[in-house]
Amino acid sequence: MSETAKMRVFRGDTESGDWQDYEVEVEEGQVVLDVIHRIQATQAPDLAVRWNCKAGKCGSCSAEINGEPRLMCMTRMNLFEVGEQITVAPMKTWPLIRDLVTDVSFNYEVAKTIPAFKPREPEADGTYRMMQEDVERGQEFRKCIECFLCQNVCHVIRDHPENKPEFAGPRFFVRLAELEMHPLDTEDRLELARKDAGVGYCNITKCCTEVCPEEIHITDNAIIPLKERVADRYFDPIRWLGSKIFSRR
Amino acid sequence: MVDYERHDYDVIVIGAGGAGLRAAIEASAQGARTALICKSLLGKAHTVMAEGGIAAALGNVWPQDNWEVHFRDTMRGGKMLNNWRMAQLHAQEAPDRVRELEEWGALFDRTGDGRILQRDFGGHRYARLAHVGDRTGLELIRTLQQHAVHNGIDVFMECTVSRLLKDGNRVSGAVAYWRESGNLLVFNAKSVVLATGGIGKAFAVTSNSWEYTGDGHALAYWAGAELIDMECVQFHPTGMVWPPSVRGILVTEGVRGDGGTLRNSDDKRFMFDYIPDFFRAETADTIEEADGWYEDKENNRRTPDLLPRDEVARAINAEVKAGRGSPHGGVFLDIASRRSTDYIRRRLPSMYHQFKQLADVDITAQPMEVGPTMHYIMGGIRVEADTAATTVPGLFAAGECAGGMHGANRLGGNSLSDLVVFGRRAGLGAAQDAAAQVTGPEADDAQVEEIFAEMRAPFGREDGEGPYDIQRDLQETMNSLVGIIRTEHELLQAREQIDALKQRATNVSVYGHQQYNPGWHLAMDLQALLTVSEATARAANIREESRGGHTRDDYPGPNDTDWGTRNVVISQGVDGAMEVSTSPLPEMPAELKELFEE
Repeated sequence: MSETAKMRVFRGDTESGDWQDYEVEVEEGQVVLDVIHRIQATQAPDLAVRWNCKAGKCGSCSAEINGEPRLMCMTRMNLFEVGEQITVAPMKTWPLIRDLVTDVSFNYEVAKTIPAFKPREPEADGTYRMMQEDVERGQEFRKCIECFLCQNVCHVIRDHPENKPEFAGPRFFVRLAELEMHPLDTEDRLELARKDAGVGYCNITKCCTEVCPEEIHITDNAIIPLKERVADRYFDPIRWLGSKIFSRR
Repeated sequence: MVDYERHDYDVIVIGAGGAGLRAAIEASAQGARTALICKSLLGKAHTVMAEGGIAAALGNVWPQDNWEVHFRDTMRGGKMLNNWRMAQLHAQEAPDRVRELEEWGALFDRTGDGRILQRDFGGHRYARLAHVGDRTGLELIRTLQQHAVHNGIDVFMECTVSRLLKDGNRVSGAVAYWRESGNLLVFNAKSVVLATGGIGKAFAVTSNSWEYTGDGHALAYWAGAELIDMECVQFHPTGMVWPPSVRGILVTEGVRGDGGTLRNSDDKRFMFDYIPDFFRAETADTIEEADGWYEDKENNRRTPDLLPRDEVARAINAEVKAGRGSPHGGVFLDIASRRSTDYIRRRLPSMYHQFKQLADVDITAQPMEVGPTMHYIMGGIRVEADTAATTVPGLFAAGECAGGMHGANRLGGNSLSDLVVFGRRAGLGAAQDAAAQVTGPEADDAQVEEIFAEMRAPFGREDGEGPYDIQRDLQETMNSLVGIIRTEHELLQAREQIDALKQRATNVSVYGHQQYNPGWHLAMDLQALLTVSEATARAANIREESRGGHTRDDYPGPNDTDWGTRNVVISQGVDGAMEVSTSPLPEMPAELKELFEE
């Protein structure tokens, strides 16, 4: 069984770019990435696309498909009507390198600014004890495959690239929340979350949560608790007063 | 001379999966100026796809477990072809490496009393695999990545190494290109660690990602290093078989570890018919005993569903051939009728997700269809067990691209532990070796210029052939002629076809320019793919027996006296042609031999 798909793929680089139409054969069960690969093998050998595992595990093939941010390898072609034109564009928030490949180095720079995990002392036998229910909160966040789709859709940087220096983005709120809730970690990153990472910029529109292919509850489980912890420390009037009165310094 | 970037380091590590990251962390911790070079973005390497767990005799679930039992399981799983010293170091050090991952932030699943939980896997006597659901590889790579970014390691992402440089006998660096811009780089390094993974992309049906083009194997071979056991290729018994576009994607052994069973079209648990003599004494022969084993390992023997991977893959292959397969040419893997929905979704979330999204199959309600998929190469660069040094001075190797550790067949869970045990040892070995060098290597402009010219040659060929067809034809050749069951006339045919493909590759041409051009990248990857394919076909041809991942239709059983004591060795002759020879296995000391006398 094979059908012909009408694909409209963005082709271009930092200088210029435009949509290019391709008619491609599609077989049963195929995903958008298969179709992109077929274009590469038969019509446009230099079509640039970033991918690795083709199984939804590495988060490399993020793109905007019919305007929706998704992983190309997990988007089945039968999601679309037969004969429907399907557009594939690079993620908008990152500078374009070529065709479907963008420069996501911003995310690797932010990652470096987050202070490393710092565990408490182990038990007498040199190992740690943690209960399953306590590790599960962190495990949800550690499902993140760093596809950066949450970063891509976040209005704070998508519509206002000038915010990038002051806003780490949802991926890193997930990371901060993970460390904050890690049963063994002793480092304090709340000041970072408030100031340099700019968690306050987030106005809880939940766009990040909607696009997460790992179904992490980014807003509810990471960002809101982080905001609450920041608020508790820095903006709770009673605590503020207490810290002034009882401060020994 | 063309423009290029030049970088000087004590140690460069090529590949940033588990082994490369762990090597770079160690080299850097030893004070070496260290660079980590990877073809993809950091954190995307193939390690990310490992699912079931990391094997280590922690003894958290079964206190009877210890390194000696793990060592014995590993050697027997490898059909005794393993380098005993590597298997020993691996079994002894894996627990420390797992605990170290926890100290660096990894969150493994827990036992009831809060320790690291361990799960059952094929070939392991006790539940031994520390895990995080079925996404253990992601946990491992993320933990190492997050630890590494604070250690002053320079990372070169989306940067591919094309050749190693030599200064006399010694490796002195590498030539690479940026995928993004196509610009060229030269690394001068006192020592080099290869951690490039496997060769899966030489096969049509594989669980491996595009990066697995045998780069490290080929780089080492071209630089004069020896490869061993290249005929030993693991076909994982359970890959997806439908729909066609996902054929080969891995279905974790954890499904069987957690209670799933294999069935044929008659709904029969056929693995009971395929218990080999070698494992008969330790394998259950009734359904009652097999099912009882999950809870009570003292009074029951292991289910044959969890025989080592080579045995299970051959059994599935035989069932399908006998006409008892599933509708799409595999067999059924059923956990739905054996475990609760809740349990399946908690233990195997990625598998649930993968089948639901890619195949419209709900694994909590329906059986999966699975069949063998090329998964791993046991063979690789010959290394010294303690230091990971190859046979070329200055060159080290760890992880899948190194040979010896797993013998003729790797046990599930032993790969992630291999990465961190020998990644660390390679980083240490390379740093110590670099520190012993008084002066840095000299860049050899003529050598560099020649390599650059070779790399860019495909742009100059107006009427050549594109790289995609050559790769596809190679994958078909390897899959059909050097696959799970081999025979002499097919292997000879494969060698002829590979020779013809090599010829075609000399005339490969590329369209467009150097900036992020996948056609050009593939044209260069083809060189490595062809080299490792030839090595595998030749080694498979010479080993006239069946052992582990190497199965010969014309030599069905193992031949312990002739072949059980030798490695097949591949090296490049002075005339540039590939040479095949054999060398004796290292002799195991008496106190370790005793472990096998029960």
